[in-house]
Amino acid sequence: MSASILIPDFVNRKSFIELDARARAQSLFDEGTWKELVGPFDRIESPWLAKQGIAPQFDDGCVVIKGKIGGSPAVTIAFEGAFQGGSVGEVSGAKMTAALDLATKDSKAGKPTAAILLLETGGVRLQEANLGLAAVAEIISSVLALRQHAPVITIVAGTVGCFGGMSLVAGVSSYTIMTREARLGLNGPEVIEQESGIDEFDSSDRALIWAIHGGEQRVGMGLADLLVEDDAGKIAAAVLSCVRKGVPEKHRTEQVELYRARIAALDTSSQIDPATLRQQRANTKGGVR
Amino acid sequence: MNEQVGLRGRAWFKALTGSDAPNSGDPHSVLATTAAVGNEQALFLCVVPDKGSRFPCVRDGQVGLEEAFTLAAHLRAVIAEDHDKSREAKRSIIAIVDVKSQAYGRREETAGIFFAAAASADAYASARMAGHPVISLVAGQAFSGGFLTHGYQANRILAFDDAGIVIHAMHKEAAARITRRSVAELEKLGHDIAPMSYDVQDYAKLGLLFKLLHVDDPQHPTSNEVAEVREAITEAITDARKGKLDLSNRWESDTARTMRKGTLAVRAALEEQWFNG
Repeated sequence: MSASILIPDFVNRKSFIELDARARAQSLFDEGTWKELVGPFDRIESPWLAKQGIAPQFDDGCVVIKGKIGGSPAVTIAFEGAFQGGSVGEVSGAKMTAALDLATKDSKAGKPTAAILLLETGGVRLQEANLGLAAVAEIISSVLALRQHAPVITIVAGTVGCFGGMSLVAGVSSYTIMTREARLGLNGPEVIEQESGIDEFDSSDRALIWAIHGGEQRVGMGLADLLVEDDAGKIAAAVLSCVRKGVPEKHRTEQVELYRARIAALDTSSQIDPATLRQQRANTKGGVR
Repeated sequence: MNEQVGLRGRAWFKALTGSDAPNSGDPHSVLATTAAVGNEQALFLCVVPDKGSRFPCVRDGQVGLEEAFTLAAHLRAVIAEDHDKSREAKRSIIAIVDVKSQAYGRREETAGIFFAAAASADAYASARMAGHPVISLVAGQAFSGGFLTHGYQANRILAFDDAGIVIHAMHKEAAARITRRSVAELEKLGHDIAPMSYDVQDYAKLGLLFKLLHVDDPQHPTSNEVAEVREAITEAITDARKGKLDLSNRWESDTARTMRKGTLAVRAALEEQWFNG
């Protein structure tokens, strides 16, 4: 693409990243088909934050919208990165688990219902620590139950990214869609620097962070499926394509021997160069569905 | 953390299975073997520290890439072997948990530890959903991504009740730093706010545990104590076989009804709105 084509495209696009969680979720549905469930007017907020002098939010930073995508039933569960870093608390976590379980119930009853997870989250909300961690385990379990019947599609658009326990939720999804502005990993750079020292990870090295956790790298490594521009229309189209593809024949996390062998083949005598590793993965057949 | 992580895990793996040698082809940080419990054979799994690991950031008992995929491989093998068996005949899986955390390393992030952890959690959950009773015995520490990778998908969770047991999202020092509190403040909050507590007695109030067990010195169990723990595991297996294959027992337990009102309110409201309108 030449610059003269790229620039008007960039200016005219409708950014997805600039939307909040609610608007992001709404933008994925067929017009006039959706409604929000357990929204802010239901006022189910965190029972734990006020006790610690932290203002709760009426939706606990999690938006659940049910409707149709390409004419098919779907539910979107979106974490709001701007509230408590998109962290998983008791209520926000329960919303996701409950919505996934209801989609499974409908799917088993002959009405396959895809789930789309918009993950902008640093992981467990430390103010609700053990209930957040338990919620993540429950979300993982509910994703695994649903994905046997209908696709579970994770979108990490940015700019918060998807870290901590919720990165496992992305890992067990049927499809993961990312933008170049998104990051996905278990431990963020600051946490690694704190735990293992600056020699292990210099969290001020932006280039290194993007080379490891960035959307382009994750898709290039075959650990996420689609790299999409920050454009609401293109992201909606990518979601629709995944909904239409349906349940993959084999999920990535089921291919244990393939990925175990790849880890066995790693040279760990020094740090691994992300670009070289991506090149190796790109040259290896298999793994990507 | 005065006690070295992983010593209890190894001690209990050995006490319950009679061995603590890794399988050939496995990293030395994963112990896996089939042994008797009650009147049946079960797969026992444990992650232990390996000072010689080729991944520097797992040497103190963290769960890393090799550990996650090795656990997943053992679990997948048992699921496949028992595929055609009835639910009653499917082998139980016993996860002995004493893990410091997930591995905090650059090699791990580069190679995608999030995905390795997901593959292991998937294998545990798939075993449970296929009808294998999956029982976790928390013998020491169960932190964060380490626990999500190894043990937190169990149907039933058992834990010892002493001060050496810590089940938490993040260790004290880091949690204090991130929530901008002192460790003393964090400890005080834990007394009032059960999910934040580092005390296993408070954890038990959340309704996630099947049972707390007492052992005088968990690093050196007596044969009577081992027999009691075996019995508790057998009881958990029996209970798991009677129960559902999902994790709903965790929010439907009597304890959870008091402590997880938020979870139950969300589930009720969402179900009501999902089917009406």
